[in-house]
Amino acid sequence: MSTTTETGTTYAPAPDALAGVLAPGVRPPRPSAWSASITFGWRAMLKIKHVPEQLFDVTAFPLIMTLMFTYLFGGALAGSPTEYLQFLLPGILTTSIVMITMYTGVEVNKDIEKGVFDRFRTLPIWRPSTLIGYLLGDLLRYTLASIVILVVGLALGFRPQGGVTGVVGGILLVLVFSFAFSWLWTMFGLLLRSEKAVMGMSMMLLMPLTFLSNVYVDPSTMPGWLQIFVNASPITHLVSAVRSLMAGTPDMGEVTWVLVCSAAFVVIFGALTMRLYNRK
Amino acid sequence: MPDLAIQTSGLVKVFGKTRAVDGLDLAVPAGAVYGVLGPNGAGKTTAVRILATLLRPDGGEATVFGRDVVREADAVRSRVSLTGQYASVDEDMTGTENLILLARLLGHRKPAARERAAELLEAFGLTDAGRRRVKTYSGGMRRRIDIAASILNTPDLLFLDEPTTGLDPRSRNQVWDIIRVVVAHGTTVLLTTQYLDEADRLAARIAVIDSGKVIAEGTPGQLKSSVGAGSVHVRLRDPATRPVAERLLAESLDAAVYLEADPVALTARLKGGPTGASRDSAAAEQASRALGRLAEAGIVVDDFSLGQPSLDEVFLALTDHRATEEAAA
Repeated sequence: MSTTTETGTTYAPAPDALAGVLAPGVRPPRPSAWSASITFGWRAMLKIKHVPEQLFDVTAFPLIMTLMFTYLFGGALAGSPTEYLQFLLPGILTTSIVMITMYTGVEVNKDIEKGVFDRFRTLPIWRPSTLIGYLLGDLLRYTLASIVILVVGLALGFRPQGGVTGVVGGILLVLVFSFAFSWLWTMFGLLLRSEKAVMGMSMMLLMPLTFLSNVYVDPSTMPGWLQIFVNASPITHLVSAVRSLMAGTPDMGEVTWVLVCSAAFVVIFGALTMRLYNRK
Repeated sequence: MPDLAIQTSGLVKVFGKTRAVDGLDLAVPAGAVYGVLGPNGAGKTTAVRILATLLRPDGGEATVFGRDVVREADAVRSRVSLTGQYASVDEDMTGTENLILLARLLGHRKPAARERAAELLEAFGLTDAGRRRVKTYSGGMRRRIDIAASILNTPDLLFLDEPTTGLDPRSRNQVWDIIRVVVAHGTTVLLTTQYLDEADRLAARIAVIDSGKVIAEGTPGQLKSSVGAGSVHVRLRDPATRPVAERLLAESLDAAVYLEADPVALTARLKGGPTGASRDSAAAEQASRALGRLAEAGIVVDDFSLGQPSLDEVFLALTDHRATEEAAA
């Protein structure tokens, strides 16, 4: 407090010093799309560094999900929690990461309220780089969350047959999908008026999407009409692909399906996001 | 004809049923401070946001240094900077990080960005604060880091949207000094403000806007003389003498006299003279003559002041004037 007042009042602008820093020199060329995106990614990292509490969401939440479902359903569905874990872990990892993608929308929405967003939008840079920066920061969170879940899973007795390659491959596929899926949230972040609305909308979409899938139980036990929905869900395809990778029996059909679906998300929601961003 | 930094014609922006900007015509000469004066909700911020390429207009045209703000937005962006009404820096980051981030986004390489950040912090007296998060800064420091961020690449046109609203007098003076240096360097500044005093001190020309339109434009002197020469405030010792004083002031000043809520106070609103310079002396001369009349009548005056027109007065006078003209037309 005391330093604040002190520096605030003792400063007297020295015209010479100010004029000195105004000398423009040669303006550097504008940064490339890649370099601008990376710079915004650096900003996201810095924000994590300054406000580490925000990592709580992405670490505690997946942890609770994993423990809860393993012990809640394990005995009933697969005979024992350890048995069930072999089936559940790839799915719960996927679900947890997909669930936390919604924070992207919340972050974007929070920033819009602040003046800094205006400054970014008046810079002569590649327009999507601001938003890609958020997603790069988020990829770090998704990676951290994946590691947390994997470590907990291994400790509880998860033994993937696919080995290191299979597990890393599975996580990478989740990251690719989450990056693509996040464009849905950047769109809502720009579209909706408040943080709460973004949260509400995300939960409304995510709850049915993650639960009505093959994450917790085998879809063949469900009524026919529900199977149609579940088998069409991108989460089901993603989970099947991740399971196959982690089990060491890659199902390239599912993997391709996920990659194509991811590309579609980027194209459609990326375009809608940029349209909103430019018109905001 | 001097070069124009900004030119708009018939600019319109509608939000729902509100016409925030409603046919705005501006011609801002390059190389000076141009003041945009108006009350809250007059459309100042909306106009600035359109000119800074943040909003698309719903009608009309706007160019910045001859480039269209919609079709050539990128060309405009490379020549302007905006310091918004709320700090346009990231509060969760330190002062240094903010400047490095923006320097990098403007294309500086990492070492150059770091160097530029350090020299700006130094010039703005923020070197010690550079390591702290902007969240912890005082209002004046926020403004300074904000302006520093705007001149990382010295822009040809700087938008300052109410840069001193909410600042204490000392911080306000610092901002004024900074603006003067920036303009002396050759940057055009578009300054929006609610304070006549601020526009008067800094701006070479002023546009007064209301309901999204320009209702008056000119040099500060022209504007003030167009609305009247200001007011004479008088405080009497004896409230019983007020009716006589009111009559004498009205006669000798040939002005409308208002009775204040305070039973001993009166205000006479002077009519404007033809030009700025003669106006001031004329007002002082008239006022001293009027005081003489009061003294002759045996009325004791405790206090007296000759005030410039306030924004309220300028504003009310301008809107009245416009209403009368419209009625006449």
